[in-house]
Amino acid sequence: MMQCSIRSAESRISRRMRQQYCRSSCRNPPIRAISGRPVQAALIVRRTDFHPRFPKAAVTRSGGKREEEAPLIPGSFVYHRPGTVQEAVALLADHGDDARPLAGGHSLIPLMKLRMAAPEHLVDLRGIGALKTIAEDGDSIVIGAGVTQAQAIASDLLARRLPIIRATSLLIADPQIRYLGTLGGNVANGDPGNDMPAVMQCLGASYVLQGADGTREIAAADFYHGPYDTGLETGELLTAIRIPAPPAGHGWAYEKLKRKVGDYATAAAAVILTMAGGKVATCAIALTNLAPTPLLAADAAALVVGTTLDPATVKAAADAAKAITDPAGDGRGPPAYRREMAGVMVARALARAADRASKGA
Amino acid sequence: MTDQIPVTMTVNGKQVRRFVDPRLLLIHFLREDLSLTGAHIGCETSHCGACTVDLDGMSVKSCTMFAAQADGAAITTIEGMANADGTLSVLQESFRQMHGLQCGYCTPGMIMRASVLLRENPDPSDDEVRAGISGNLCRCTGYQNIVKAVRHAAATINGRPHQEAAE
Repeated sequence: MMQCSIRSAESRISRRMRQQYCRSSCRNPPIRAISGRPVQAALIVRRTDFHPRFPKAAVTRSGGKREEEAPLIPGSFVYHRPGTVQEAVALLADHGDDARPLAGGHSLIPLMKLRMAAPEHLVDLRGIGALKTIAEDGDSIVIGAGVTQAQAIASDLLARRLPIIRATSLLIADPQIRYLGTLGGNVANGDPGNDMPAVMQCLGASYVLQGADGTREIAAADFYHGPYDTGLETGELLTAIRIPAPPAGHGWAYEKLKRKVGDYATAAAAVILTMAGGKVATCAIALTNLAPTPLLAADAAALVVGTTLDPATVKAAADAAKAITDPAGDGRGPPAYRREMAGVMVARALARAADRASKGA
Repeated sequence: MTDQIPVTMTVNGKQVRRFVDPRLLLIHFLREDLSLTGAHIGCETSHCGACTVDLDGMSVKSCTMFAAQADGAAITTIEGMANADGTLSVLQESFRQMHGLQCGYCTPGMIMRASVLLRENPDPSDDEVRAGISGNLCRCTGYQNIVKAVRHAAATINGRPHQEAAE
């Protein structure tokens, strides 16, 4: 009965509100608000959309309905802005697990708003000029961790020597976020949805990690253990990415299937290859967002070396890549679909990379 | 609670100095401490772009940045976009001429983003405008007239008549 009277009240309200338009909510939430009916699923942020692999405990639900909304105000912290890498590393060492480095902030600040991260100390890296350079060092290109996606897109050196990075940066987030988001943050935070880790694995890159006791390098291929679980030790800062420059005339591609601008990949594949005499001479393939970590598809890459990328070989390579995936089912689709798309992205990336490669003698 | 920290920035040409909580977001600083309510709070998760402001020549989403991070920066908000005599700037006038808004909620962010886009690319194609404003959501217009408004502004700046009518 109660239900009935609310409904008829709402249809009266609805009639009275005929002249009012709302483009965002459709009219039901305002009408319910006027009638006083409890809003059943007020979704300001669907936490589970944030990342499928976040602990379920973070989602407060009661009978499938939200009990409370995310506060969207970060917790308190002490703010540090060191001027040098040494000072930053000293701060990180002093505060251990209570401290987090802050680069572009577009992964960390949303997590802090949702209180999934609540660091007591934030070490803002913005003032450290040494982290913002892109330079050639012998046969390597060294990209400072603080280089933004916008800087990478604008870099002539990267456009010439590592065009895959520019192309990938352009597929990350949106223009505003690319002004602030950094390559170091993208590779260091261990989100399996991030695009640069697979590209770095494909390029055979390594990460320079600086701690209180000195500097070490770790291969991108060995860096990722699980979601947000990396080879970065407490107190260490990822300061640079060292990439062996692929030879002139190499072929490259990063094929990313996504639902909309700014989305994580439903499936994505990076390919770097060289051709000689019409055949693939060397090849590396890596995959994004198809497992808890980025994946280096070594078996798939080995299958195409020495071939002309005939359809049967491409299919075999795509199948080999699909075989190592372990995608989550989420809003981007069920695991079977995403695995299938992994194969499609590998096939497309191989074709495009071969097309871009100079074919050699 | 943690100690407040001093920040100094230039906002719409005026220097401001305040003490802020480190966790204070730039959008809240602009709206609540400086009473500049032109930049809007939409999604609060860096998707919608309604909070976009110009920070040192970059368009940034002020909901996903701490005020402390903007220490020392020059910021322009929609309040700083009109001409000195109070008339609308070319971009604002183009949004008006081309009906580039309906409810107006996204407009401050659209205009702040478009101003940087036009600085970087003074004569963008439709596709370049669409890519350039891909971080800004509009529920009303279907984007057609927003794209036309940005191109109208580009044509005006480049001293060319804009032939297309608003839809």
